[in-house]
Amino acid sequence: MSIFELRCLTKSYGKKVALNNVGLTLEAGRIVGLLGPNGSGKTTLIKLANGLLRQTEGMIFIDGKEPSTETKSIVSYLPDKDFLPDWMTVKDIIAYYVDFYSDFDTERAKTMLGNLNIDENMRLGKMSKGTREKVRLILTMARRAKVYFLDEPIAGVDPAARDYILRTIISNYEPDALVVISTHLIADVENVLDEAVFLRNGEVILHKNVEELVEEQGKSLDGYFREVFAC
Amino acid sequence: MDWEFKKGVPIYIQIIEKIEFDLLSGKYKVGEKLPSVRELAMEANVNPNTMQKAFSEMERMELIFTERTSGRYVTTDQTKIDALKKELSKKYVDEFFDTLHSLGFDDNEILNAVNTKCKGEE
Repeated sequence: MSIFELRCLTKSYGKKVALNNVGLTLEAGRIVGLLGPNGSGKTTLIKLANGLLRQTEGMIFIDGKEPSTETKSIVSYLPDKDFLPDWMTVKDIIAYYVDFYSDFDTERAKTMLGNLNIDENMRLGKMSKGTREKVRLILTMARRAKVYFLDEPIAGVDPAARDYILRTIISNYEPDALVVISTHLIADVENVLDEAVFLRNGEVILHKNVEELVEEQGKSLDGYFREVFAC
Repeated sequence: MDWEFKKGVPIYIQIIEKIEFDLLSGKYKVGEKLPSVRELAMEANVNPNTMQKAFSEMERMELIFTERTSGRYVTTDQTKIDALKKELSKKYVDEFFDTLHSLGFDDNEILNAVNTKCKGEE
């Protein structure tokens, strides 16, 4: 059964159409790349799915329900912008997540933080950008959610941190959960994706199994992406 | 540890090639237990479903087998390993000849070069 479904989804900001009549069905247990150049509608789609924006037309279903308090309890979302308050310590933010999300696994979060030697009494404001990025990801992946939306999880960190982040995603997502990763850094994520969704100018132009695509095209997903979106 | 993937070839095929190599080079011994799909997926930084697909394929080839409760093991059938060894050596020799043919060498020249190499090493 599909866990995420978009039907004729349109979102306009005034005259500008960000998503145009998008239909998409994603199954549980898959890691899906939401791929497209800047401004193609990736973040808009994820924000709509999280109820942060309201669609102009169409329907969104997460586990059969429209975005609501109910769906937020099963969706773990990593926004593209840093949202952590500087004054909190790691311990504070963990307590905050525990309060908000009943599926938050404190032990798992602590193990991941321990592996990185992050001190729980450290203030978030004192951390480097890369460390904050890792903390945000740890908080997101420590939930035992049914759907994970990760908006640009690897943008803005060095290649070693990228590997760490991808490894954390692979090793922590629930096997029967859906993981949606939006990015324009295709080469870095293509080995972890089951499926690729290409967005262009607010429209889904391709939704395919990555292995089949590579086999058919005889080139990497990154190579194919560069071909499709050549300027 | 050293997982490196070429572009344009499906990852599961490259995983199979790597594990076949590890079987023949003795990294994994006959009848030995293999790491879990998740462990190997993490090590290689690939999707666990992809690792699973590679394992299923190798099971079909009867190079590995699954014990329902305890995990996956390398085949105990030495003839399967020997057949794989033969198959791979043929593949490498074919590649070697293809490369040298495309550089303009004929079979005799290649054989001479191989003979010289062998003598030189003695």
